[in-house]
Amino acid sequence: MARFTWFHKLASPPHCYAIAGRCLPWLAWPALVLIVIGMYGGLLRAPADYQQGEAFRIIYIHAPSAWLSLLGYTTMAVAAAVGLIWRMKLAHALAAATAPVGASFALLCLITGSLWGRPMWGAYWAWDARLTTELILLFLYLGYMALRASFDDVGRADRASAVLALVGVINIPIIHFSVYWWNSLHQGSTVLRAGGPAMPASMLWPLLVSFAGFTCLFATIVAIRLRGEILMRERQASWWSSMDSRGAMADE
Amino acid sequence: MRRTGATHAALLVLGRDLRLGMRRLSQIGQPIVFFAMVLTLFPLALSPEPALLRSIAPGVLWVAALLASLLALEFLFRSDLEDGTLEQLLLCGQPLALLLTAKVLAHWMLSGLPLVVVSPLLGMMLGMPVESLGTLMVSLVLGTLILSLLGAVGAALTVGARRGSVLMSLLLLPLAMPVLIFGARATDLAMQGESAEGGLWLLAALLILAVTLAPLAIAAAVRISLE
Repeated sequence: MARFTWFHKLASPPHCYAIAGRCLPWLAWPALVLIVIGMYGGLLRAPADYQQGEAFRIIYIHAPSAWLSLLGYTTMAVAAAVGLIWRMKLAHALAAATAPVGASFALLCLITGSLWGRPMWGAYWAWDARLTTELILLFLYLGYMALRASFDDVGRADRASAVLALVGVINIPIIHFSVYWWNSLHQGSTVLRAGGPAMPASMLWPLLVSFAGFTCLFATIVAIRLRGEILMRERQASWWSSMDSRGAMADE
Repeated sequence: MRRTGATHAALLVLGRDLRLGMRRLSQIGQPIVFFAMVLTLFPLALSPEPALLRSIAPGVLWVAALLASLLALEFLFRSDLEDGTLEQLLLCGQPLALLLTAKVLAHWMLSGLPLVVVSPLLGMMLGMPVESLGTLMVSLVLGTLILSLLGAVGAALTVGARRGSVLMSLLLLPLAMPVLIFGARATDLAMQGESAEGGLWLLAALLILAVTLAPLAIAAAVRISLE
């Protein structure tokens, strides 16, 4: 199966380390450029919202963080499943590298959300369904990271936390819907979020650009952390001593 | 040598765990005492006013039941890991998921069921109307079964870890939130004289999902913990 050789190569730590290193500039520079353009467009060029005024501009950070907190959990769970099923150690390394990044974006999403809530709702926190689900998602990340940290043996930590990530990913839709129903039973749906006016193009393009930019930033951080994770796991190996400062193998 | 069928083996595990549990009655009593104590905290912390207590009763009962079943999970695998029983179950050639489901069922009969039995008494102490106590019990039967199955995954994952019990609560509480939401909501609706069927059906659906998937996760987690 020659088609899959690239996949098997990814499973070898030196190759993966080198590939992640080669991808870094292609992720980091677009991240910087796109975030700068997105922030310029969103914070300076886009018109103020007729209802929410200037406060709506936090969406250019808030919405990408919400998306990345979910992408992070999905990446983690898929990597964990690959690691459990095909016993691929690097997939576990990827899951370990992703978890704190996803958790940080979940936290960023909660912080920006509550900063937005203060002028809009008059309170930093409301038990809105979306806020609550995001908070539970953060708890799931913290539980995952705590379980991983409680084992000394990397292999056991990998497999135990992978099982937890999979149980969590089955539970996320259930939590999501149960919180929505709980909320709709207690109070009417939040008027501000329901439907909402369609966004004019001058507001939309900076949002799309910052979505792309923050996703590149997420990938950059994960790639850096993955390289660190590989080095830490392979500290007994000798392959990395034959590597130059840019991470390319000497014999390539 | 007599060959034992899988069902028979599961029944043997169930019988063994029940017998062992009955010999350690104080261990069964602890979650119930904890349940009652947590409920006593609320009137003391808030106010003894009956109207207030009645309005918070479903939520308080459910939170206390959730915490008590978390506390009980501590005993699920620990002693069996220490004396090597868990290893024997793994090696005996019978389907591990089935044997562990029997263990979880025995554990529920010793920890979840007593909570269900004492819940009407505590509900009445908080001023819940008698008509709603049936719904409370049904929702607690379904809910504690789900919590036992889900909790067994967490218990199996953390049984070998340092500071296992605190860690287990950290893992399980976010996963248990749907059960809490549906259970407390169903009880609340029954108390207001409305139909609680929706919440109970949702709990039943969650239970079916837990029965189908949790045994596989529990078996995988036990295998990892025994490596």
